Amino acid sequence: MSAIPSDPRTWPAEGLARVPYWVYQDEAIYAREQEHLYRGATWNFLGLEAELPGAGDFKTTFVGEMPVVVARDLQGTLRCFENRCAHRGALLCLKSRGCAKEITCVYHNWTYDLEGNLTGVAFRRGIKGQGGMPEDAQPESQAPRKLRVESFCGLMFATLSEATPPVERYVGPEVAARIRRVMKEPVRLLGGYSQMLPSNWKLYFENVKDTYHASLLHLFFSTFRLNRLEQKGGVIVGGEGGSHVSFTMMKTDLTGDEYEKAGMRSVSGGYRLEAPQVLESVDEFGDGISLQILTVFPGFVLQQIMNCLAVRQVLPKGVGSTELVWTLFGYQSDDERMTGRRLGQANLVGPAGYISLEDGAATGFVQRGVAGASSRASVVEMGGRSVESSESRVNETSVRGLWRQYRRHMGL
Amino acid sequence: MDIGLQLKVENLLARYVHALDDDRLEEWPDFFVENGLYRITTGENFERKLPVSIISADSRAMLRDRVSALRHANIYEAQRYRHSVSCTLVERVGADSARAISNFHVARIMHTGEMLLFASGRYLDRIHLNAAAAQFEERIVVLDSRSVDTLLAIPL
Repeated sequence: MSAIPSDPRTWPAEGLARVPYWVYQDEAIYAREQEHLYRGATWNFLGLEAELPGAGDFKTTFVGEMPVVVARDLQGTLRCFENRCAHRGALLCLKSRGCAKEITCVYHNWTYDLEGNLTGVAFRRGIKGQGGMPEDAQPESQAPRKLRVESFCGLMFATLSEATPPVERYVGPEVAARIRRVMKEPVRLLGGYSQMLPSNWKLYFENVKDTYHASLLHLFFSTFRLNRLEQKGGVIVGGEGGSHVSFTMMKTDLTGDEYEKAGMRSVSGGYRLEAPQVLESVDEFGDGISLQILTVFPGFVLQQIMNCLAVRQVLPKGVGSTELVWTLFGYQSDDERMTGRRLGQANLVGPAGYISLEDGAATGFVQRGVAGASSRASVVEMGGRSVESSESRVNETSVRGLWRQYRRHMGL
Repeated sequence: MDIGLQLKVENLLARYVHALDDDRLEEWPDFFVENGLYRITTGENFERKLPVSIISADSRAMLRDRVSALRHANIYEAQRYRHSVSCTLVERVGADSARAISNFHVARIMHTGEMLLFASGRYLDRIHLNAAAAQFEERIVVLDSRSVDTLLAIPL
């Protein structure tokens, strides 16, 4: 019998500068993530509060793989509970959204209020003295678990743990300030869609944090010579490392003057957009920041790409599959022109987005590329080996920050 | 039923999908009038009257930009579509205008050999008719599913 290493899942000695490929492949790691991350002391994004405007409104979603119901109860308080009947474990709520006074399991008609309390067991006392449950039965003991809900600036998060600090402390003051910057007033839903990514969820979450790839993989702005030469910005790592914000003060140049002035006419193929007006944006936040990408560990993204605002929910669907749920929004105060601008710029994002369609494929390239290399590791040394905020985006500091928090929660 | 109209519309729909499936994307904008509208959205957005699109364009110039980006800027693996369009209902709404609703299925074939049912849905069309040609004034692609596999590069 050959010797089996006692712990084959040991992190490489280089620490945060290496990410072992087994972390994207291992079923046992995936199961551990469900318990230690999603059902542990983390805040999981549920959606926008604006999705549940009235008492009785509910939606179904997931915390990791655990199905949950999110509801605004009849008193107006946001609630989140496991979407699992106390009786036999069936899904309680089969609709993706709706409005109700109570929720009834279709299997045996057990009923629940919008806090997730079991309120009725069909034929609990039997019929005409026959059947029914014993007097001392306690079906409530298997009731769906309730999650703590916090709405931070209209973003709904849930956690199963009592130990999770409030959202603001969890992400740190600088990331919290950048959430407030975008979630500055009541929002108006513009719609959404989802994307199935052929990769482990962490490859997508790393991709969002990876400021280094942005101008190298996404060639839309440079091919059509839409970005100016100098771009200021930075990366801020928040909380335990797994939350971040990156920002760019990119002046979109619709005339191409900058390149001409700099004598760089020959830089790329000379391609121009015929209808660049769709990218005309306004500095609605008054700070010159045209791109802000923000994450909250383990699965939330808030995006401002010019005037296109969106939240993205990263949901694990097995070791090698991830669902990315996009919800685009504006503000209730937007006039028709502003809404039109946001809708036009929505061409930049999503599964067909000019600057995002590559991400769906790139994470899959890694998943496929490392299929035979679980004992090898990726090299994450751009900008050093530590985790700190930076003015340069040729940097992988926020990727390393993710792994710092991940390893801490996972005990790896 | 106006058989001449039906055939004219079905011919437009057939030429459109053959152009896409044969990778003649440069011809795609010419299936639209100059200020033609093209949108891809999901059934869920459509029913909830939420205005966001996966792709939206309101001119041939924007459609040409989309093709130019696919050819020169965006990065995606080699892939082809095979459209099947059926059940086309046509209704004349004016001397030179018609509405049509059709079903579609699109298989996506990757260079690796992987093939899947990539999309199904409805085309909701408003079509401009004249003696010479029929062109889309508006084509709204309503996907049955809210979910898209990996990415949507080539238009539907």
